[in-house]
Amino acid sequence: MTADVAVLGTGMHAWGKWGRSFVEYGTVAARAALADAGLEWGDVQSVVGADTVRGGYPGYVAGATFARALGWQGARVTSVYAACASGAQAIAAARAQILAGLADVVLVVGADAAPKGFFAPAGGDRPDDPDWLRFRLLGATNPAYFGLYARRRMALYGDTAEDFARVKVKNAAAGALNPYARYRKPVTAAEVAASPVVADPLRLLDICATSDGAAALVLCGPEYARRRGVADPVRIRAVSTVTPRYPRTDLDLPDIATDSAAAVPEPPVAFRPSIARAAYEEAGLGPDDLSLAEVYDLSTALELQWYEDLGLCAEGEGAKLLRDGATALGGRLPVNPSGGLASFGEAVPAQAIAQVCELTRQLRGQAGARQVPGARAGIAVNQGLFGHGSAVVAVR
Amino acid sequence: MARTRRPVVPGWFTGGGDTDGGGPGAENFRLLGTRCGACGAVFFPRVDSFCRNPGCAGTELMEVPLSRRGTVWSYTDGRYRPPPPYVSDPEVPWQPYTLVAVELAAERMVVLGQAAPGVTVADLRVGMPVEVVPGVLGEDAETVWTTWWWRPVPQDDRRRA
Repeated sequence: MTADVAVLGTGMHAWGKWGRSFVEYGTVAARAALADAGLEWGDVQSVVGADTVRGGYPGYVAGATFARALGWQGARVTSVYAACASGAQAIAAARAQILAGLADVVLVVGADAAPKGFFAPAGGDRPDDPDWLRFRLLGATNPAYFGLYARRRMALYGDTAEDFARVKVKNAAAGALNPYARYRKPVTAAEVAASPVVADPLRLLDICATSDGAAALVLCGPEYARRRGVADPVRIRAVSTVTPRYPRTDLDLPDIATDSAAAVPEPPVAFRPSIARAAYEEAGLGPDDLSLAEVYDLSTALELQWYEDLGLCAEGEGAKLLRDGATALGGRLPVNPSGGLASFGEAVPAQAIAQVCELTRQLRGQAGARQVPGARAGIAVNQGLFGHGSAVVAVR
Repeated sequence: MARTRRPVVPGWFTGGGDTDGGGPGAENFRLLGTRCGACGAVFFPRVDSFCRNPGCAGTELMEVPLSRRGTVWSYTDGRYRPPPPYVSDPEVPWQPYTLVAVELAAERMVVLGQAAPGVTVADLRVGMPVEVVPGVLGEDAETVWTTWWWRPVPQDDRRRA
C-alpha cells in the first residue's frame, strides 16, 4: 500500500464549556497543529473544515471561516458535513487532495460550541426530516437510542449496569491523565450508580455530555514529510467512509423504524462492523495488529458494542473483555486511552479529528502518563447520523 | 366547540375512531406502510415515489397495513423533558414517557413508538408480545393530535392467541 499520507502536526483546544465561538477554538487548534508541524500558515495549500452551524446564517460553515480567522492567504478550501463523521470525512477529503496531487500540505480543522443538554433538530415544521419526526412524534432524544441498545445488550448478553459503569470508570481514569479533556477526575462505580437515570437503564454518567472543543491536523504526502526532515512520520493508512447496505436492520438514530428484511435478506455484515471492516481491508491489517483503539463512546454501553464491531472480541463478549481489563490502560488493547467522549464530551465536528490526534500522539510515544507502550497501529472509529460511517487507521 | 382529532402525521395510521388506548374499535387501528409492487419490499414510514431497495427500479408503491402485534425488541424511557419539536407544557412537571421498539415478524422490521400511558419500563421485557393501539400525543386549543401507542397484550388475549 503506497497511498499513505503523513500526519505532520496535531493540535487541540482544551474541551469544556468555555462560552466562546467555535472560530476561536478552531483557530487555537489550527495554530497548535501548525506549530507542531513546524510550518507557517502560509505554507498550507489547502484547508478542510468539518462543518458546524454558524449562528445567524442558515447554513453550515467551516473551511473558509478558519481560513479567514487565520488570515486570508489564498489556499484551496473545502467544507464537509457528515454529523459525527464530519471530522473523518474532512480527513478523507484532505487525503484525497494529497493523493491526487492537488496539494502537498493540508490543514484539517474541526471545532464546535455545543448547546447545553440534548441535541435538537433545527427549527420549523419539517415533517419530511426523520430527525424532526423522531422528536415531534416520540420525544426520542439521542440518549433514548443509547438506552434501547443498552437494554437490548442486557437482555441478549447479560450485560449489567455495573458493566456499563466500569466503562465510565475506565475512561475517566484515562481522561484524568489528558490535559485536553474536559473532565479530569477519576469516577467511581458508586458515583455512576448514584447519578440520575436519563434513559433507562442509562444514567447521567453513562452518557457523554455536549462540549465546546477543537482539534486540528496538518497532513502531507510522505515525500513532503521527508523534505521537512520527518523520515518516520505517523501515517494514515486507511479512512473508511462507508454507508449501510440495504436492508439496514439495526434501529438507529434518527430512524423510527428499520428497513424491512422481508423482501431482501439482511446483509451478512451489519453497518457498524462494516465501517471497521472497510478500514481494515484498506489498511491491510486486522484487529490483532492494533495497539490501541479510539471509539465513539456516546454511551458506556455503546463502547462495549464497538469492541464487538471492531472484532476485538466475539459478539456478546464485550463486557467480558472489559471485565478482564484488556481495554484499560495497561491492558492488552487499550480502548479510549484519551479518555474518550466520557472525558471530553461531544463537540461534533472536532471529535473524529481529536481521535486521530490521540492516535498520532500515542504512535509518536508522546502521550505521557497515558502512553500505550510500543504503540504501532491504532484505529479510530465513529458513526455519523443519517448513515455516515467513519474509521481511520494510523500506523508508525 | 369540540376539538378536531388529527393524526400528528397524515397517512401513517388508520382506524381506531375516537378511542384512545384499547377502547372499542381499537382492533381496527393499524400502522400504515407501503409495499413495492415490483419487489415486495415494505416501508415504514411510508415511501411513495421510489422503492429504496437498491436492486429494484420500482415506482409503484401500495399502501399496506402493518401487523397489529409484535414482540418487544427493546425499551427505554425519557426521564428528562425532550426539546422541541416535542410539545410539552414547561409549566407542568415532567412525566417520563416509555419508548418501545417492536419487532414485527411478518414485515421483519422494528418499529419504535411510545408506550400507552401507565406502561413503564418495569412492565416490559425483551421478547414480550405487544400490540398497537390508537393514542393521543397532545392537545391544543383546536386539535387533539393522535398517534400510535404500543402496549403489552393483555394476559387473557395471550392465552387465547
